[in-house]
Amino acid sequence: MTAQNEVTSEIIRGHGLSPEEYARIEQLLGRAPNLVELGVFSVMWSEHCSYKSTRAHLQRLPTKTPRVLQGPGENAGVIDIGDGDAAVFKMESHNHPSFIEPYQGAATGVGGIMRDVFTMGARPIAMMNALRFGAPEHEKTRHLVAGVVAGIGGYGNCMGVPTVGGEVNFHSSYNGNILVNAMCVGLARAGKIFKSAAKGAGNPVVYIGSKTGRDGIHGATMASAEFSEDSQEKRPTVQVGDPFTEKLLLEACLELMETDAIIAIQDMGAAGLTSSSAEMASKGGSGIELDLDRVPQREIGMTAYEMLLSESQERMLAVLKPGREAEAERIFQKWELDFAVIGITTDTGRMVVRHQGLVVADIPVHALSEEAPVYQRPLARSVPQAGEPSFDDTKPIVASLLQLVGSPDICSRRWVWQQYDWSVMTDTVQSPGGDAAVVRVHRSNKALAITTDVTPRYCKADPFEGAKQAVAEAWRNLTSVGATPLAITDNLNFGNPEKPEIMGQISACIDGIAEACRALDFPVVSGNCSLYNETNGEAILPTPAIGGVGLLRDARHMATIAFKRDGDAIVVIGETRGHLGQSLYLREIEGAESGAAPPVDLAAERKNGDFVRGLVECGTVDTVHDVSDGGLLVALVEMSLAGERGVRVLPPLGRHPIPFFFGEDQGRYILSVPAEVAKSITAHARTAGVAAALLGSTGGDRIEIDASGAVGVAALRRAHEDWFPGYMGSEELPPTN
Amino acid sequence: MKSAVVVFPASNCDRDAAVAIEQTTGKKPAMVWHADTELPDVDFVVLPGGFAHGDYLRCGAMAAHSAIMRDIKAKAEKGLAVLGICNGFQVLTEAGMLPGALMRNAGLKFVCRAVGIEVQESQSVFSRKYENGQQISFPVANGIGNYFADEETLDRLEGEGRVVFRYAEGDNPNGSVRNIAGILNEKRNVLGLMPHPERVCDPLLGGTDGRILFESLFESLS
Repeated sequence: MTAQNEVTSEIIRGHGLSPEEYARIEQLLGRAPNLVELGVFSVMWSEHCSYKSTRAHLQRLPTKTPRVLQGPGENAGVIDIGDGDAAVFKMESHNHPSFIEPYQGAATGVGGIMRDVFTMGARPIAMMNALRFGAPEHEKTRHLVAGVVAGIGGYGNCMGVPTVGGEVNFHSSYNGNILVNAMCVGLARAGKIFKSAAKGAGNPVVYIGSKTGRDGIHGATMASAEFSEDSQEKRPTVQVGDPFTEKLLLEACLELMETDAIIAIQDMGAAGLTSSSAEMASKGGSGIELDLDRVPQREIGMTAYEMLLSESQERMLAVLKPGREAEAERIFQKWELDFAVIGITTDTGRMVVRHQGLVVADIPVHALSEEAPVYQRPLARSVPQAGEPSFDDTKPIVASLLQLVGSPDICSRRWVWQQYDWSVMTDTVQSPGGDAAVVRVHRSNKALAITTDVTPRYCKADPFEGAKQAVAEAWRNLTSVGATPLAITDNLNFGNPEKPEIMGQISACIDGIAEACRALDFPVVSGNCSLYNETNGEAILPTPAIGGVGLLRDARHMATIAFKRDGDAIVVIGETRGHLGQSLYLREIEGAESGAAPPVDLAAERKNGDFVRGLVECGTVDTVHDVSDGGLLVALVEMSLAGERGVRVLPPLGRHPIPFFFGEDQGRYILSVPAEVAKSITAHARTAGVAAALLGSTGGDRIEIDASGAVGVAALRRAHEDWFPGYMGSEELPPTN
Repeated sequence: MKSAVVVFPASNCDRDAAVAIEQTTGKKPAMVWHADTELPDVDFVVLPGGFAHGDYLRCGAMAAHSAIMRDIKAKAEKGLAVLGICNGFQVLTEAGMLPGALMRNAGLKFVCRAVGIEVQESQSVFSRKYENGQQISFPVANGIGNYFADEETLDRLEGEGRVVFRYAEGDNPNGSVRNIAGILNEKRNVLGLMPHPERVCDPLLGGTDGRILFESLFESLS
């Protein structure tokens, strides 16, 4: 070991390791690490790979129901969807790289999450995302939106996996740290799920996919630190995506999985070869020996340090049954991909790495995984914002509605979705723009509903209620289309966990998620944490993005948001109290982000949702929209625009129209049904203990709000459609195929 | 009618085309690997959408030189029906089997949406069950779909009734010259089009206008 003397305290600091962590490494090794070993420890013990700040808290999340075949801890979660089918899914962030290089950062985020899903034996069938950008007027926002959207499309479109929707929001807290959370849902046979435990000794370790280059070295470490003014200098640590190779890798892996040659398989994501080999050995209770001279290399003269820490994309590591190498190699040759036996599993419990005849690293596997630090960081519970905010009660309803409908967070996202191929694979039965996307299970009438949700302004005002709301809204969106919500993946985006107030947000959000998941039978099966989303000490809004998946027994009985008939009665399910605190109305019309976040009554949430789902399942109701950002009137406008017909809205008897129409009370749905059906629904609701009230009727080409005035659907459409293309109009776009 | 779908390494609408053919004709097409040198005995072959060889440079340029294309070209000259959808259209122009070229969309962005299309020409094996002037809707999903040819070629295409599909006025998604969405070769047995008829063969997917194209082929070739 020649590199031993090179490790100085400056190098240790440069690797993001604290003096205490370094001392612990020396203790575990019984000696000082060399530079290669230090690099390995630094990535494996990084926040990104070890979850050292959150691991203790994540244990509180419920992860089991009879449907769950695989909970957190594998490459993705797996749920049983009947008939021997399984849905495999996960959401993951690529925030830091996307800020530095938006096209490649977002593209490789998509590629990474797809590998997580197909490494489990699933064919990806849908992509979603949750995107958060800085204020529209910030100088970088337009450029970042253009690059991220093009990057997501560029990768997903080439893969031929439909990108079926997602969230796009703007807030100044993301000016220096945008969020790019990508979710992939795949379909597998429940009996053929592939895992990453490299059990047994003497089995060949094979490298498949792209060659290893110098790109992305120390990406995991970058993702575990705050940004500063010089973040642009980190551009070399961002990887470059190659969706063509990933498509080949997908097909080759699925073909190999048709054989029974694989013992374990894992993608090389963050911390590349290091983390995939260490994690596979750790989970299998085995050791692993690697010979770096056999690693396919893109560049000459790469050092062991570079090869172990490279985050070159589109690579996988697999452990095969002995003697099956030739069979596997034939498949990879057909797909023109690199294939190399680069090591062997052992029973030593050690990760031993050789390069040019020398042992360059020799580390007990448990030191990298089980012994990775877990912190109970000090936390300060934030006091939830409280109180009823004041508002100008003379503001005209119609003018405010037009302004809201055309505001950055509510306006149409068509500009975004049109850059995503959402119809490839010919199973997208509900396209972007509804409450949840619906994708059929191929060659059946069964379908998966998919959504991503979180309202960060609620989480900032009240992390516990806000996180409950994120879960409840995902559950509600799945319910709206008629699906039974089954499970979630979570993507927890926060600031610096070493600050007690941030750690307090993290802890309270996890408690909120846990409570909602328990109440709604909606377990967490996979997830990802992205911390240190701060620039110059300013943290993002707490953003625990929730990706929800539900099951529709029959996609032919599915609800959409579009009004379908004139003369329908419009019924609102759930109670309208007029909660204006933290509403978009307050922010956009009054310029205030104040008041309490809307509370979520989980018992009512469940009761209301089960009631609505029952009506959709039995075919009584085909038009449903949940009420969220902007309140009742905004929801009505969205249904009007989708259905190309107007609404006559009943006056809010005895209530002030502003909080009634724009409040963001939770647990509500709007239904549209023929008038005679509405009577039986309200009667039925009364016996079920569900609040139901008549809100108006469909017809005409205007939204008429009784005493408050009227506005044409065409004018609303202009306001709704024009903002995004108008805003993006001047941006030069990166090239896409 | 016997059919085949060619699979290039990164074709991604190959399965969609196969499903559409099976749904409309009741018969599964053969899936043919790009490196094969000979097509099986078929009446009709599809070059599907996707990104054949990654297409980072000129879309379809490498695929046009793949082993299977030599056989397809030879058999097309003898009358084999060839349908190139999206990337398949790009391959056909690169292979010299159709005139003109596909350029980057005028808006510089990938566009995925339903577009209005007017059927211009029902005199072909691909379109005989449509009516001239019929208004239909197919989705497009492309970044390089902006059809271009010189004026002389365009006049000839139009004069010979070889423009089969045109984007409805005001609904051209990619800046294609003269709103051209799909064209025939001189012998009228090769059709290339940017929109995806295979994505609208099922009412749950928002329409069945694409079925008519496959039914036309079935009726013509059975």
